[in-house]
Formats: sequence, C-alpha cells, structure tokens
Amino acid sequence: MIEIEHIEKSFQGKTALRDISLSIPEKQTMVIVGCSGCGKTVLLRSIIGLVKPERGRILVNGRDVTAMRRKELFEIRKQFGMLFQGAALFDSMTVEENIALPLREHTKLNPAQVRQKVSEKLKLVGLSSIGDKKPSELSGGMKKRVGLARALIMDPKYMLFDEPTTGLDPIMSDAINRLILNTQQQLNITSIVVTHDLKSAFTVGNRIAMICEGVVIFSDSVEAFQNSDHPVVRQFIEGRSGPREEK
Amino acid sequence: MMIAGFFENIGHTFLSYLREVGRMVILMIRIVRFSPDIIRNRSLTIGQMMKIGVLSLPLVTVVSMFTGAVASWQAAYQFRGLISLDFLGAAVSAAIFIELSPVLTGLVVAGRVGASIAAELGTMCVTEQIDALESLAIDPVRYLALPRFTAGWITMPLLVIYSNIVAHFGAYLVASFLMDVSTAAFFGSVQRYFLFHNVLSGLVKALVFGGGTALVGCAVGFSTTGGAEGVGKSTIRAFVYSSAFILISDYILATFLF
Ligand SMILES: Nc1ncnc2c1ncn2[C@@H]1O[C@H](COP(=O)(O)OP(=O)(O)OP(=O)(O)O)[C@@H](O)[C@H]1O
Ligand SMILES: [Mg+2]
Repeated sequence: MIEIEHIEKSFQGKTALRDISLSIPEKQTMVIVGCSGCGKTVLLRSIIGLVKPERGRILVNGRDVTAMRRKELFEIRKQFGMLFQGAALFDSMTVEENIALPLREHTKLNPAQVRQKVSEKLKLVGLSSIGDKKPSELSGGMKKRVGLARALIMDPKYMLFDEPTTGLDPIMSDAINRLILNTQQQLNITSIVVTHDLKSAFTVGNRIAMICEGVVIFSDSVEAFQNSDHPVVRQFIEGRSGPREEK
Repeated sequence: MMIAGFFENIGHTFLSYLREVGRMVILMIRIVRFSPDIIRNRSLTIGQMMKIGVLSLPLVTVVSMFTGAVASWQAAYQFRGLISLDFLGAAVSAAIFIELSPVLTGLVVAGRVGASIAAELGTMCVTEQIDALESLAIDPVRYLALPRFTAGWITMPLLVIYSNIVAHFGAYLVASFLMDVSTAAFFGSVQRYFLFHNVLSGLVKALVFGGGTALVGCAVGFSTTGGAEGVGKSTIRAFVYSSAFILISDYILATFLF
C-alpha cells in the first residue's frame, strides 16, 4: 500500500507538485496520466526518496519515506524497481553488467546464477544476445527494455514505470503492456505507471489518476475515466489542443 | 551604489566557495564512514588505480624529466662562482624529493584525473545514472566516490616515486652532458646528503594531494547540474579547485613537516 498525502514540491520557487494525494492499494496498478511537465516524474521520484517534498507524507506500508534516514531509505528502495523515463543505463557497463549490478551488490549468487537470472529477464522483455553490447549501441526502445529488465531483476514488491511504452512500436508496446499486466497478476506487484499512451493505460490500469499543473484533477477506475465528463479529461482522451474550456 | 554591488558580489563569491568547501568536507565524512567497505570494493578500487596510473604516466614522465633538467640547469646557474658544482646533485635532489616531484606530479594529476573524475561523475549526474544507482539501493558515495578516493591517495605516492626517479635522471643528463659534472660526482653528492625524511615528506604530500584531488573531482562531479554545458563547467572547476588545494596544502604541510 502506497499512500501519498498532500505532497508539495517546488523547484526554485516554481511549483511542480501542489497538494497531491493518492493511494495505491496493494497488488493494484495505478496509472498516472497528465500533460507534459505537470509533475509526474517528480511524483515518482519522491516515492523512492530521490526528491524530498517540502510538505506532506508518503507512506509505504505505513512508514513515511519522506522522514526516513538514509539507511532506512536504502532498505525500502530494495523493495522497489524503477524504470526511468530515459532508461538511465550505466554507460560504462555492458547490458549484462547493468542488469546484474543489483544482484552483485545485494545477493551472494554465484556468477553462473547471475548470468542465468539476467538472461531470464532479458528474454522477458523480448531481448536476447545483446548482453555484451554497451548502452550507446542500443536503440531508444531497446534501452527502455533493458532498463525494465534491470528494474525487475530483484523481483521487487513495487514497480514504478515512467513511460514504459514511449518510443516502442505498437507490437512491442503491447508486449510490454502484457508484461506489466503479468507481473501484477502473477507476481502480485503493486505498480504505478506514468504514461501518455491511453491504450496502455486502459490495458494495464486498475485505476487512473490525472494530474494537471501539479494537482490531481481526477482519480477513479478506468471505466469512470473513459466515461468522465470532466472537460480536461475529455480533452486528454480526445487529444484536442487549444484552450481548455473551463477548469 | 556601484561599490555596494561590488562588495556584494565579492561576498556572494566568497559564500559560494565556502559552500563548495562545506560540500567537500561532508563528502569526505561520508566516504570515511564507508571505509569498512574498502575490502568489498577492492576490484573497483584497483580499476581506478589502473585508470589513474595509465592516465597520468605519459605526462608525469615528460613533466618529471624536464623538471629535473631545468632544476639542474637553474641550480648550476645560481652556483656559478659561489659553490662547487660537486654539490649540484645534492641540491637538485632535495628539491626534487621535497617539492618538485610531489607538486608538479600533483598538478598534472589534478589536470588529468581530477577533471576526468568530475566529467565522468558529472555526466552520470545529468543523465540520471546517479539516481539510478540510488534507486537500486546502491550508495553512490560507496560505489563511486570511495574507490576513486582510495585509488587517489594510494596511486599518487607511487606516481611520485616514479617521478623522483625520472627527475633525477633528467637532472643527471643535464649535469653530465652540459655541465661536465661526472657521474660519480653527481650521484656521490646525491647519496652523501640523502635524507630519508625528505623522501618521506614528499610522499606524505603526494598522499594528501592524491586524496584531495580525487575528493574534489567527486564532490564537483556529484554537484553537476545543467546538461553537457554543466559537465564542461564542472571539469574546469575540478581542475581549478584541486590545483588551488594542492598549492595551499603544500604550504600548510611544509610548516608541519619541516
Ligand atoms: N531537478 C529539477 N530542477 C528544477 N526543476 C525541475 C526539476 N525536476 C523537475 N522540474 C520541473 O518540475 C516540473 C515537472 O517536471 P516532471 O519531470 O515531473 O514532468 P512530467 O510530468 O514528468 O513531464 P513529461 O510528461 O514531459 O515527462 C517541470 O516544470 C520541470 O521543469
Ligand atoms: Mg516525465
């Protein structure tokens, strides 16, 4: 259970998040949508303590992430997997080393077991035989999937996906959607998925929240989202630009 | 009005330097807290030692060779008509051990290694790789800063030992071919006035310079913001700060060691 309570965060006086409250029940997938620059990434980063909000609390299983000492924070991060928007692969390491790093650092598995697990996860994201490549030799979509494999390697309890299907072709997007769905159903992972891709949102989400200019303007089930008559939500679903009718 | 602005500017600059120094002290404390992990990190540390050595060796060779040669030439000029050139070896040797090798090697390493650490960690910072490490519950201070810092203070004295040898050779070449000092006279005088204390002080300086340079590189790298441009600025800052650190701490150490 992740409970976000009245989070506020600004950068150099510019507000990024303003009074955000959301709660994500165990074993559910919460999709977060919203226009570019509205604070989705900042919200995800706050959940694992990469960003310190100025106000509010973030409770993971009842424990407040924003008040944790570094040591506790590192313990709680071991339960999380995060896929970064830009994949954030280590460019001095090969793909295999990237994915294996958490295993090498946090477990006592021998090299053969590590290799086995790495190739398992690579297969899961639809990649194989690229283990020896450096990230600079990969396409954007491949990087994303390697990032996903790295985030999944420790079999986390919670997954945070920052735009998992951006930059992927429709077939691969569908495969990743299925993967997210499977992880939730089979491994009982609690996830938050930030996306602009409504098809993906409707496929993987149990609930959808929409953020606009740092505030949650909608948070309900997928069906309610599709049938909502909130003007900004409608505008987002129909993909219309232009001035918002009302607010 | 203008004068007030001028002083305000100086104040701001001074404060920002203070902040920078504070950041380095804090990083130092955090690195020391992780020191029990040195064993666990050993392969990372050895990798960094290799890198520092390989990066610096060609330049250290050239710089040391010419430093020795210039020292020899200059001392001979100052000795002329006053002191017998039989003392040339001793004078040059002491200067090399105490001052020339550690400081010049230190500055070379500050330029190559300090800047390259800042560029590498700075790039990792602006491309979210540091955040990625954090998200994987791996502390960047332990994983990145500790091995670089350790490698810095271990490798630097080794480089200075090497530099000592090369610089003596350079000094000898000038003395023997241009000043007509015999090999026996040159090395005889080096040996007669040899003080182990001099060598040791040089190596203590090297250790401080090496650790300091790596620490500055890491602190500057970790505080990089603003994309590729920011990385460029960090590289320059790392060089400037570590050079300043070397010259200032050289003075402070001199007052303690002699
Ligand atoms: N480290 C930072 N320093 C300064 N401002 C920041 C920082 N991180 C985010 N911001 C600002 O916070 C706001 C929200 O950014 P965020 O990255 O969360 O947007 P987003 O919703 O993820 O957008 P997108 O869909 O384009 O990824 C933006 O206005 C951005 O400029
Ligand atoms: Mg984003």
